[in-house]
Amino acid sequence: MKETNQEPIIHIKDLYKSFGDLDVLRGASLDVFRGENVVVLGRSGTGKSVLIKILVGLLTQDRGTAQVLGKEVATLTEKELRDLRLKIGFSFQNSALYDSMTVRENLEFPLVRNIANLTRGQIDKEVETVLDAVGLLQTINQVPSELSGGQRKRIGIARTLILRPEIMLYDEPTAGLDPITCLEINELINEVKEKYKTTSIIITHDLTCAKVTGDRIAMLLDGSFVRQGSFEEVFDTSEERIKSFFDYNFIQ
Amino acid sequence: MGKFFREAFKGRMEVQEIIKQCYAIGNKSLVLISLTGFITGMVFTKQSRPSLAEFGATSWLPSLVSIAVIRALAALVTALISAGKVGSSIGAELGSMRVTEQIDAMEVSAINPFKYLVVTRVVAATITIPVLMSYCGMVGLMGAYLNVALNEGTSLQTFIQKAFEQITFLDIGTSLVKGIAYGFTIGIVGCYQGYNAKKGTEGVGRAANSSVVISMFLIFIEEVIIVQISNYFRV
Ligand SMILES: Nc1ncnc2c1ncn2[C@@H]1O[C@H](COP(=O)(O)OP(=O)(O)O)[C@@H](O)[C@H]1O
Ligand SMILES: [Mg+2]
Repeated sequence: MKETNQEPIIHIKDLYKSFGDLDVLRGASLDVFRGENVVVLGRSGTGKSVLIKILVGLLTQDRGTAQVLGKEVATLTEKELRDLRLKIGFSFQNSALYDSMTVRENLEFPLVRNIANLTRGQIDKEVETVLDAVGLLQTINQVPSELSGGQRKRIGIARTLILRPEIMLYDEPTAGLDPITCLEINELINEVKEKYKTTSIIITHDLTCAKVTGDRIAMLLDGSFVRQGSFEEVFDTSEERIKSFFDYNFIQ
Repeated sequence: MGKFFREAFKGRMEVQEIIKQCYAIGNKSLVLISLTGFITGMVFTKQSRPSLAEFGATSWLPSLVSIAVIRALAALVTALISAGKVGSSIGAELGSMRVTEQIDAMEVSAINPFKYLVVTRVVAATITIPVLMSYCGMVGLMGAYLNVALNEGTSLQTFIQKAFEQITFLDIGTSLVKGIAYGFTIGIVGCYQGYNAKKGTEGVGRAANSSVVISMFLIFIEEVIIVQISNYFRV
């Protein structure tokens, strides 16, 4: 398949997923194109994390299509899934740093386990490059428990960048951080897009983050995308459910 | 369990990680095993003396004790301590990695967490626990010797000679089988509980706790089965 600008990098169509009686995704559809930062907005528990976990094969949908780089994730073999995952960076909501390892070891881990025969010098250089990109070179020998929440987020992002992903999936990158750190993370997301030419989905319920990082906003409500467009387009509505989300965030 | 054998023999072994885990297991339980093994040997000797003395047979003490230690006590002491210390720590460690999404993080960076975390720990436990068990037996006999030496004034040479008089290849073999079986059980139960821990902090606690309870329960069952089989060969 030839990829043009018009073909979506991520193609989600009529996606359904439930856990027991709990219907989480109910016909969600979303396309993401090359070079875009798409923000997925929605309240807690609407299935935002579930959505991107389906994209990396951590969960499997009940029904519907979830294609990444033209491949239906759920039907991939183990080997194909591995190859696809190498092209996707996943930044976890709680950073998910390996807490028994130092920052350096955290960053080395995906590298040495996926790329054979790197020399010590090459590994060090890669580690330092991505650490520098997130501005945390000085923490290289620290362990995760010594880092602040914002630093952990950055290291988590650096750890995914080390494999040079084409796609970045950020799960609530600013959740639980103070406003200034939030701004720094937002900047970092934009820098990553520039520097590493990534296509991203950014999950958040933080409107500032959405406004600053999103080329396009998609609003997830009750398991499907109710509105998509620029920040202004999405919130220029009389629909009560969306307005209440908007108002609530600014009252906070 | 099926997954364990499928993954274990696929691709290269994580030798370095296995060594690290062996060391961790030994490090965690060595002191406690030394202490408990030594005291068990000593106390068992002390408690057995009066009954043997009734028949004027205290010279049998070394063989009696060594049979008890090698056939039963060393295996049980090591298994129970390891289930408590090693099993719970594997359960808690993997449980917290599951709950904090570290296992998912490995998976999405195209690393096989099952092979890296589970296979290494199960192999390490299966290797290390038989070694600890032999060590426990040795320490137990040392405790027994100390007691015998103080009371009967037996020399070390006589003690060793008498102790191993009654020990057969079957006894040693059975102990080894026990060690391997218990080590494997402790490793696989701890890993299973931790790897499949439920979300939330209580998931970690539950994983640690059930690792201990379930592996102890299985070890008792295995003990009965192995002893039965071994006795079948004895006659
Ligand atoms: N693996 C799972 N098993 C059962 N329920 C789950 C699982 N993952 C998520 N859920 C449930 O699905 C709903 C949506 O979760 P999630 O996608 O994490 O929400 P959010 O939009 O806040 O990221 C929640 O109610 C959560 O409890
Ligand atoms: Mg979430």
